[in-house]
Amino acid sequence: MSKPIIKVENLSKAYQIGQIGTGTISRDIERFWLTKVLGKEDPFLKIGETNDKGLKGGSDIVWSLKDINFEINQGDAVGIIGKNGAGKSTLLKLLSRVTGPTTGEIKVKGRIASLLEVGTGFHPELSGRENIYLNGAILGMRKKEITRKLDEIIDFSGVERYIDTPVKRYSSGMYVRLAFAVAAHLESEILIVDEVLAVGDAEFQKKCLGKMGDISKGEGRTVLFVSHNMAAVKSLCSRGIVLENGMLVYDGDASSSIDVYSTKIVEAHTASPIHKAYSNRMRVNDFSVFHNGKKVNHGATILLGQKLSFTVSIDVLDTISELSIAMDILNSNGELISHITNEDDNMYFQKIENGTALEIQITTAELLFIPGQYSINFWAGVGHLETLYEIKSCFAFDLEQSSFTKRTKDLPKHSRVYLHTQWTSN
Amino acid sequence: MNNKSQSQDWDLVIKGHTSLFDVKFKDIWNYRDLLFLFVKRDFVSFYKQTVLGPLWFFIQPIFTTLVFTFVFGNLAGISTDGLPQYLFYLSGITAWNYFSDCLNKTSTVFKDNAGIFGKVYFPRLIMPLSIVCSNLIRFGVQLLLFLLMMAYFGFKGADFHVTTAIFLFPFLIALMAFLGLGSGLIITAITTKYKDLTFLVTFGVQLLMYGTTVIYPLSAAPIAYKKYIELNPMTGIIEAFRYAFLGKGEFTLWSIGYSTVFTIIILFMGIIIFNKTEKNFVDTI
Repeated sequence: MSKPIIKVENLSKAYQIGQIGTGTISRDIERFWLTKVLGKEDPFLKIGETNDKGLKGGSDIVWSLKDINFEINQGDAVGIIGKNGAGKSTLLKLLSRVTGPTTGEIKVKGRIASLLEVGTGFHPELSGRENIYLNGAILGMRKKEITRKLDEIIDFSGVERYIDTPVKRYSSGMYVRLAFAVAAHLESEILIVDEVLAVGDAEFQKKCLGKMGDISKGEGRTVLFVSHNMAAVKSLCSRGIVLENGMLVYDGDASSSIDVYSTKIVEAHTASPIHKAYSNRMRVNDFSVFHNGKKVNHGATILLGQKLSFTVSIDVLDTISELSIAMDILNSNGELISHITNEDDNMYFQKIENGTALEIQITTAELLFIPGQYSINFWAGVGHLETLYEIKSCFAFDLEQSSFTKRTKDLPKHSRVYLHTQWTSN
Repeated sequence: MNNKSQSQDWDLVIKGHTSLFDVKFKDIWNYRDLLFLFVKRDFVSFYKQTVLGPLWFFIQPIFTTLVFTFVFGNLAGISTDGLPQYLFYLSGITAWNYFSDCLNKTSTVFKDNAGIFGKVYFPRLIMPLSIVCSNLIRFGVQLLLFLLMMAYFGFKGADFHVTTAIFLFPFLIALMAFLGLGSGLIITAITTKYKDLTFLVTFGVQLLMYGTTVIYPLSAAPIAYKKYIELNPMTGIIEAFRYAFLGKGEFTLWSIGYSTVFTIIILFMGIIIFNKTEKNFVDTI
């Protein structure tokens, strides 16, 4: 029953960044001679650099995927998750043979159909019916296979009435429905899907998810699914693979993969502050956090119901007509929980002369977020329009339940805010 | 139980480096329906929402012939080997158009299809092959025009005759198709990295026409230039084409043999280079 259907071994993919092909003919010839004729390793690929977009690497080569190894068994529904740029799409591209790996190999049993986009190859002038044939053939179906499934496809798409109308007259919803209908009826052993569910209305998305569930659970076919929609991954997939900076960091069942991924996001948020100046007009010298007059360290534990105060020291280097300050408080999923700004307290910083050393103090009320990890981003700008300065993760903290609430059980994790209440009765 | 033997027999192994000669002809055969559908798409979408429809295929050669007759035949007075001018130019244009269409369209195949190639796999060679086949339909329509003209001038008693070389006609078509395809494949593979070539191709093909015996017969070429014109593999093909249909032209087995060898080499190189490029071109285009 469960035998490997896909085997990925030491898979790596390098991309050249920056300009390609300008003034490099001599280098290309040298490279061609070494790699293709003499069969040596490419000397221009420096092994050992990871793909971290925040860091500036020493060479023009970025490893989008590095030494990936995994096996997928028949009938598995595997969710591939990771942050933007973690290498998910590259992995799918390699699996669907759109581009080749730099090193390593992928072994596959059976046919792969990949859906990196819905409606690939649709021609606007052709009718819906003609496009079903064309798109089906592009995805690897034989003509007679399509003819056999034609009624089913048309039925699933729900655009029966317009099937002989050129698709350029379709609404975008109809277009997507028709395209997905073709893909959903592919008879391949392996189906690869990249976030195509991001299109269409909620009802159609549900239909797509349902169809994909049928494919993997009902028909026992293998599905690889890339998505940022954790709920979809959880409901559809039995297994999860987490990628980070081009490396495989976790491979296990779906829900624990999602946990690993969420923790990664938290780590990214609780990372040390990153200052970014967008102009030379101001600079933040210091951002400190205090509780009851005592300095609180980055990443410290805060108890539910405690108050915090922030002290920001700003050097103004050029006169700013109207300085605005804002802070975003994010939870561990990166969701915005609260947004605070100077206008909340009717405080305005107008005509700040250059040379001013501005010190701002912000004191919060009791923090009543649900226990968990939080991070704060700092923003300063002109009139809430032009950005002057940003600090990513200027402060991060772990909120813990305290005696502020008298309940003995934990607050439910999926709630967002604790509302303090007073109870009386007759 | 027999897990070991099963894990050995993979249907497909995707690797970074493959041999130069690893062309997947079986894959191409499996996708033959797609080839057919691409040809159909090109043909149908060409005349959709036009009034004249496939008649447009006629208009370009007719007008080109008229202009050539006026400029080269009447103004410049270039010899046409004793053939009716319309017939002489139309024969050259019909054959040349097929070659140049194949070359021009296949030379941008990676660029034109980057979107679809970047999203889904199918044997990339299907695309240029479908271009050659689509153009064959167009060529067929234009050949019909040429045959009608032949019938008309034959009726009027013009001096030309079909020769036995007509049996070589399918072979000549194949030569033109493969020569265009081969050169186009080489160019498109190189343009994925060096876009300079794109500019060169468009007017290069136009200029090459003057280096081929489209608007003059080889017999009228000055001796000093003749050997260069003969070096052009298209010259032998066009001369043979004209000789087959109209009985005039310097058709020799030598020239056609030269064109054949040239075509085979170009096609072979084209397929290898294309095959090498197709795997990773998505990253550089």
